[in-house]
Amino acid sequence: MIQFLGRRVIYSIVVLFLASIVAFVGTRIAFDPTARLAQARDPKVRVAEERRLGLDKPLVVQYGRWLGNFVQGDLGETEVSREPIAAKLRSGMWLTIQLLVWGVAVSVIAALIIGVYSAVRQYSVGDYVLTTFSFMGISIPPFWFAFIAIQFFVFTLPGWFGTAPWFYTFSGALHSDGVTGFNLDYLRHLFLPVLVLTVQNIAGWSRYQRASMLDTLNADYVRTARAKGVPRRQVILHHALRNAMIPVVTVMALDIGLLFGGLVITEQIFSIPGMGRIFVSALDRGDATMLTAWTVVAAFFVLLFNLIADLAYGWLDPRVRIT
Amino acid sequence: MSDQGREEAQSIESLGLPGGSPRLPIAPELGSVGADGPAARSQWQLFRARFLRHRLAVASTVILLALAIACFGAPLFAPYPKNQQNLVLGPVGPNGQHWMGTDELGRDVLTEILYAGQTSLRIGFVVALLSTIVGTVVGAISGYFGRWADQGLMRLTDLFLVIPQLVVLAIAIKGLGSTQVVIALSLAALFWMGEARVVRGQVLALREREFVEAARSIGAGPTRVVFRHIIPNCIGPILVGATLAVAGAILTESALSFLGFGVQPPATSWGSLLDNASGYVGTPQAYLIYFPGLMIFITVLAVNFLGDGLRDALDPQSTHA
Repeated sequence: MIQFLGRRVIYSIVVLFLASIVAFVGTRIAFDPTARLAQARDPKVRVAEERRLGLDKPLVVQYGRWLGNFVQGDLGETEVSREPIAAKLRSGMWLTIQLLVWGVAVSVIAALIIGVYSAVRQYSVGDYVLTTFSFMGISIPPFWFAFIAIQFFVFTLPGWFGTAPWFYTFSGALHSDGVTGFNLDYLRHLFLPVLVLTVQNIAGWSRYQRASMLDTLNADYVRTARAKGVPRRQVILHHALRNAMIPVVTVMALDIGLLFGGLVITEQIFSIPGMGRIFVSALDRGDATMLTAWTVVAAFFVLLFNLIADLAYGWLDPRVRIT
Repeated sequence: MSDQGREEAQSIESLGLPGGSPRLPIAPELGSVGADGPAARSQWQLFRARFLRHRLAVASTVILLALAIACFGAPLFAPYPKNQQNLVLGPVGPNGQHWMGTDELGRDVLTEILYAGQTSLRIGFVVALLSTIVGTVVGAISGYFGRWADQGLMRLTDLFLVIPQLVVLAIAIKGLGSTQVVIALSLAALFWMGEARVVRGQVLALREREFVEAARSIGAGPTRVVFRHIIPNCIGPILVGATLAVAGAILTESALSFLGFGVQPPATSWGSLLDNASGYVGTPQAYLIYFPGLMIFITVLAVNFLGDGLRDALDPQSTHA
């Protein structure tokens, strides 16, 4: 298992390295950090800025310098205000990690429960209802769903009951001013963003879980276990579920990148100053240095979650641990 | 399950198979053997029969066709001319004259939605077409020839799974400009990889089969084997992948619009209409949000159901009726 994990870690570092090259070259092609000086009356200003940023050197040298700084934790400065990018990203990262962890946890648990229920009660009314909902879930534009959810939970529903909204929106953070820690206030802030973030994943993953669970429920070893007299509940939860989760974990790991896209949208809608908002504002300003750093950090998180998926693999499938 | 059986019996009868007496077809999908010799159904007939049994898929096809006709025939069907403002009227909710109401400039929302649908549907279709062609070719090559082609492709796919798609798209579009061509091409540039993976998997399995070996042994070259023998046999997954690409392209375009990187005015898409209306959440003009989003939702839902129907109809192992 340790050997397996070690190999995965090394592979992840290689992929991260390649991703950083793609991100670096891509943003350099898409953006010219000196573009805002194109109108400068004195052309020397632009040349001087190019020299200051090292843009006059070949791309390979530029990348080498960037990589050298990056591994030492120096991600560069934002373009206009010249703030250190590392500090800026760190401030946004904590909010994003909270959303990400809650989003993944809620999606995984909900998808497992729905998938198992649908498979065990195949073709029941409940199965049809859940199937319909999951088709709707994968078809709904996430930000439209967010608008509808806000409209319903914040404006319509309280109107019916004549009460204040149950859930906070547009708060600028995940706590009210002066409140910290895990409490009701926190949950009230989390509810809508996590709902928006998870709806697509729950819908998609529960479909995979259902299909995979149906395969294992019809497998011979499950029938054997039942024939031996193992209680139905234990067969479903222990024998069938554990094996059914193996392919689902793969799909989940692949979708983490998708979740990051969702985070950008969710943070934008709910005014949460996390990494997603940093990305959108960097894009608006055309800040190439920030975008490169952001992309590599995002890729790091995707790979981290993939490693967690690998761990889950090892736990679910003993064959992985041996080879 | 008994419903399903009855449906099957009915559909076999209604298809007018030779021999009226109810015989027990061993495998109804293979056609029944009548008194006047075997009457095997052609692939196309089989496909059509199975597809027509998937009610939701049939309904979705009808809806999609109707949407496409309404949007691209908008000059004929739209109740008002495009972009006709009526500042005196201003925003009014849905009513008899304006089925979906009017926006803040008094423009008819239904009209605007039909014209915007042209962009959304076109992007969805073009992206699916391009990504399917590229994905199929690349997937077939890497699956059939293996080795470095395969390695290269799979590592590239890994790379793009690590960098969030939306991020790549936003950077590319911001850098290259938000024209429809750039948006469609960058979407296609990301969507072909999923298709390539699926086709690669299919080809890996198919290239070991006897009929491929037979083709090779009578002297067919690799191009002929791949394009005449292997690809026609993975048409199911390819078409299903294409529907997924349509759905993904329309959804992603709308997300890009929301972030401000979608099609730019004067061009409109469902996503950009929705983005323009985003400030009306919680106001009496909330209807401006409902309709454009509903169009995206209905279209993508129909495309997904269509894909589901195709999957069942084209999969020879499928047990779904």
